[in-house]
Amino acid sequence: MSSIIGLGLRTAVIVMAGSIAFAGAVAAEEEVTHFPINTPEFQRWTFSGLFGTFDQAQLQRGFQVYREVCAGCHSLDLIAFRHLGDEGGPHFSAEQVKALSAEYDVTDGPDEYGDFFDRPGKPFDYLPAPFANDRAAAAANGGAIPPDLSVITKARAAPRGLQWVPINFFTAYEEAGADYLFALLTGYKDAPEGAEVTDGTYYNPFFLSSAALAMPNPLFEESVTYGDGSPETVDQYARDVTAFLTWAAKPHLVARKRMGFQVIVFLVVFAGLLYATKKRVWSRVAH
Amino acid sequence: MSADTIYQPKSGFGKWLEARLPVIGLMHSSFIAYPTPRNLNYLWTFGAILTFMMAVQIVTGIVLAMHFIPDATMAFVSVEQFMRDVNFGWLLRYLHSNGASMFFVAVYIHMFRSMYYGSYQEPREVLWILGVIIFLLMIATAFLGYVLPWGQMSFWAATVITNLFTAIPLVGEAVTTWLWGGFAVGNPTLVRFYSLHYLLPFMIVGVIALHVWALHVVGQNNPLGIDVKSKQDTVPFTPHATIKDVFGTVVFLILMAWLVFYLPNFLSHPDNSIPANPLQTPAHIVPEWYFLPFYAILRAIPNKLLGVIALFGSIGVLAFLPWLDTSRVRSARFRPLYFWFFWIFVAVTIGLGYLGAQTPVGGFLIAARLLTAYYFAHFLIIMPIIGLVEQPRPVPVSITEAVLAENGGASEAASAEAGG
Repeated sequence: MSSIIGLGLRTAVIVMAGSIAFAGAVAAEEEVTHFPINTPEFQRWTFSGLFGTFDQAQLQRGFQVYREVCAGCHSLDLIAFRHLGDEGGPHFSAEQVKALSAEYDVTDGPDEYGDFFDRPGKPFDYLPAPFANDRAAAAANGGAIPPDLSVITKARAAPRGLQWVPINFFTAYEEAGADYLFALLTGYKDAPEGAEVTDGTYYNPFFLSSAALAMPNPLFEESVTYGDGSPETVDQYARDVTAFLTWAAKPHLVARKRMGFQVIVFLVVFAGLLYATKKRVWSRVAH
Repeated sequence: MSADTIYQPKSGFGKWLEARLPVIGLMHSSFIAYPTPRNLNYLWTFGAILTFMMAVQIVTGIVLAMHFIPDATMAFVSVEQFMRDVNFGWLLRYLHSNGASMFFVAVYIHMFRSMYYGSYQEPREVLWILGVIIFLLMIATAFLGYVLPWGQMSFWAATVITNLFTAIPLVGEAVTTWLWGGFAVGNPTLVRFYSLHYLLPFMIVGVIALHVWALHVVGQNNPLGIDVKSKQDTVPFTPHATIKDVFGTVVFLILMAWLVFYLPNFLSHPDNSIPANPLQTPAHIVPEWYFLPFYAILRAIPNKLLGVIALFGSIGVLAFLPWLDTSRVRSARFRPLYFWFFWIFVAVTIGLGYLGAQTPVGGFLIAARLLTAYYFAHFLIIMPIIGLVEQPRPVPVSITEAVLAENGGASEAASAEAGG
């Protein structure tokens, strides 16, 4: 009887292993183009790793790129001017925030006559959106609605294989969104032969869901003038605006990582003390 | 099982209260004097870890609820603003969202531990069934909670899962419309999910109380799977189990802290940071990782109604495990055949989890069907048969004897002292 069970056991193992292997083989046979066509490379970011912080100057440059390039089409609804003065963020001074917000016109109201009116922005105002609503945005952009960028680095990531899951876990890799965004912004090129590019879309092998996207290449050499002498290259612009948008999506990242280190050190020490106490308590009992 | 010592109040107020409501005595006999087998390993700390996680979820959840706006146009933004503008809002939200995952990590280890050591066997059937009920309520609560931030995955998960009810014959459509509060997932759905997400955890707490009560009636199982025969086999819960539970919980918290502080979005899908859009279906709708094996089972069945039945059956079958297992030996340590089938079962559930994340076509679909069939066969065919044909290894006479045989006789005197 036990030999029958043994046979059953072996069969179960073989069927299981076989079915997984078969699944892999069939999946490999299917010749479907997977998007993104190219997987983003890992970039070095100041905000990666256990002690990551934002580079204040970089965030300020990134805000400049957003303002002069992206803001023409993309809103940043969750960011108020006051946030730009936050520590651990771009950290503009209170005066700078005030001056900056006053450069914008903000619609307020209704006033005592029931009318809406424009006034200079104040630090508590949220950044005004480029379009009144989604319909207006779609009409101005050939039917595509430029997404809000407040949480864009949390909302995009190129899938990597299963083998990356444990590696990313142990290396605390949470920059998939930033790596994707940087790759996309620097990834525009001429479409190769046979690529599917419909009218009004632009080829980019890093785009998540097809070969081309409705956004044309937004960044060009020397299109934004930096005040701090940083290189005015597409690479630098993309890096800066990606850092800025990572802060916009995770404004408490610096405080979070700092507290995390303290908490984990505390827990490890506490666990050590508890283990010593446990050893002591149980030393009186064979177990 | 009776408590080792009976609580004797010392203060005047203690005596007064004890004569009217012996609640302190109940606590004393449940968590201080309660006799716990002396040979438990760290897998037995997961009960305490789960209780702790329940408390974390309720405390963080109550604060989240103070700031959440259950409205289809504002839910997504209200969660983001909570994380931005409320003091430590990001911490509370990340504790709550990752806490759900850690809750499932702990509950799966807890359940597999019960299966490995046969903890569900007589006389712990009711204890086990209460556990299955808690698991069901947890699944419902986690699903409802996942919908609340109203991202793309929230919305489409709600759509996929509520659509399952359309499979009910004759009244399916009507029931689903009733659940939605409309003709599609929308604002009424969000508001009622919010209400139920707040209700269910307190029902879980109630069933946990019954679960702990049942545990304290029948006593804990142990790695040997044999009954406690004498006082010598046990030690008082405090300090022995308490210190071990606290240590286990803190180690578990290190893992959780790693996620919360360094990888807060590791376990969530990027699409859920896109606000819900009923007009745009995501390329792949995938549930949270802890539902993937069940999702694989659902999609493995070509018929919708049968798929739903298989989905619920895959959880419901757990409740019958005490009677499907025909073995009279509990622990897999003494069950040479079951030992292997247990680990195959673990591998099958992990395999189903992997397949649940893949598009169910071609080889993936075939593999999911085979593993689904194996999942049910494990309970309905393998468990009854191996219990009958297996030749278990000899089981020790008592816990104390086994422990002393393992550690040599040196500490015999000391243990006699502790036991007495």
